[in-house]
Amino acid sequence: MTSDISTSSVGLVKAEKILIETPLTLACGVVLPSHELMIETYGTLNADKSNALLICHALSGSHHAAGVYADDDKPGWWDSYIGPGKPMDTNRFFIVSLNNIGSCYGSTGPTSINPESGEPWGAEFPVLRARDWVESQRLLMEHLGIQCWAAVIGGSLGGMQAMRWALEHPDKLANSIVIASSMKLTAQNIAFNELARRAIQSDPDFCDGNYLQNNKTPRQGLALARMIGHVTYLSDELMGQKFGRELRSGTFTQGEAAPIEFQIESYLNHQGEKFSGDFDANSYILITKMLDYFDLSREYQDDPVLAFSHASCDFLVVAFSSDWRFSPKRSREITDALIAAGKNVSFAEIDSDKGHDAFLLPNPRYEQVLGNYLSKVADKLEGAA
Amino acid sequence: MNQAESTRQINDSIHSWVKPKSRVLDLGCGDGTLLAQLERALDIRGYGLEIDPDSINQCVTKGVNVIEQDLNKGMANFADDSFDTVIMTQALQAMRFPHLVLDEMLRIGTQCVITFPNFGHWKARAYLTLRGRMPVTKQLAYEWYDTPNIHFFTYSDFEALCRERNIKILRKQFVGEHLLDRQLKNLWPNLFAETAVYHLSK
Repeated sequence: MTSDISTSSVGLVKAEKILIETPLTLACGVVLPSHELMIETYGTLNADKSNALLICHALSGSHHAAGVYADDDKPGWWDSYIGPGKPMDTNRFFIVSLNNIGSCYGSTGPTSINPESGEPWGAEFPVLRARDWVESQRLLMEHLGIQCWAAVIGGSLGGMQAMRWALEHPDKLANSIVIASSMKLTAQNIAFNELARRAIQSDPDFCDGNYLQNNKTPRQGLALARMIGHVTYLSDELMGQKFGRELRSGTFTQGEAAPIEFQIESYLNHQGEKFSGDFDANSYILITKMLDYFDLSREYQDDPVLAFSHASCDFLVVAFSSDWRFSPKRSREITDALIAAGKNVSFAEIDSDKGHDAFLLPNPRYEQVLGNYLSKVADKLEGAA
Repeated sequence: MNQAESTRQINDSIHSWVKPKSRVLDLGCGDGTLLAQLERALDIRGYGLEIDPDSINQCVTKGVNVIEQDLNKGMANFADDSFDTVIMTQALQAMRFPHLVLDEMLRIGTQCVITFPNFGHWKARAYLTLRGRMPVTKQLAYEWYDTPNIHFFTYSDFEALCRERNIKILRKQFVGEHLLDRQLKNLWPNLFAETAVYHLSK
């Protein structure tokens, strides 16, 4: 790969709101008569509509995966990997990125108005499963007139969607790219999610989830939830390197009583503060529960091999060495089940000190593996066209 | 005959021993050339295990299934008899415990195909005898201190190990580059074959 991360941007992008008018029956039984999805697309759809990639975001992601807005120069969350000449090459692929329902970046979710009550959904928003996101994405696919994704790609919760796609709609994707993900969360992972939820629920401004109606925002709780999460997304090594025991303010000199703040404290507080202004507390609760409930092979006699035997696409599985929230072992379990099911699969464990966050960050080897894999996918498409 | 020709001979043997449409696991698959050939010729479902990032990249580029896995850390993740054929080319000498790797190969695969350089070849013997130094040859192109080849053994050693562990040798083929080797490799393989290919089962 010769991609130049700094210069090969998709440039200015615009988000678009899509109204899906087909009713969506959720796993919990509730029917959304219609729903709205914020989306962005990059690149050009080819004549036979075969070069589309679907990007599935994780817990706090949005539709803004690449490029910049005219009035905001913060690049999208996967900008390092999407663009001309980048692994998800916009010269070859048409890339669809959406904000999923239940999230809070403009798609139907807890902050939207419940048509029945005329009030924001708030805590009343129906419980969601990853399969509901996949179903909503399928309706979007229909809306866009796409028959088969060249690949469905996602990291973490995004990888769970990429796997679910492969089982639910085997004929609607050619490749499933599963990055830093898992077939189900471990007890430790669920525990961290519960800590986050409890932090939010303990904030007096949470008002049992009806904070919008009360003109309040549980920012303290949401900030704390994010801080807990953030710690688990980084590795011990990286934190040590980045912050060590450096002080932001104060001194340990005896006889001086100025309050001491470590750099890591300041960093975490800043991250929490920023996030609590951007994200919705009910969405955070909803989506962490979605993560907890996910179990790829529950309906397949708890047998991952049986589950994957329903897939017909090819798979790429990627993990990062220092990721302890979605450890390489989890990705190995996915890979082993795919091999046992006789599916085409490649697996790479990328050496990185960046923990779970590594899937979002520049890394030459990760870029190569993903780029080479997708380049092969594009070669096949272009050869067939 | 050059090295490409001996590689071709080795590959021909492997091709004739692997069944069409079977499941093949290639341990230390390198850049995936062999698996790509087997897929094309025999429509096998192949997977390669590899740890070298560049080799993994090349496999991905070829569209060969490649799994990043360190063979020295075991292969417990593969079920008994989950493959028809397990292949290992020119890597047994680099394993920490070759006998355990061999056991694992025969546990995972119904059959195994294995190739390795013969340390009993006359060139290696002559090198050690005449120079008094550990051989550095085209096949074993490393100094003793930086070689990945940590076990040196001959065909006789290998066959003794097979007898000891009740491993059946179904077929074997010897390959040599040198004219003398080609004439004498089948008569006296331990001295004149540079590489041999063994087809094994339990």
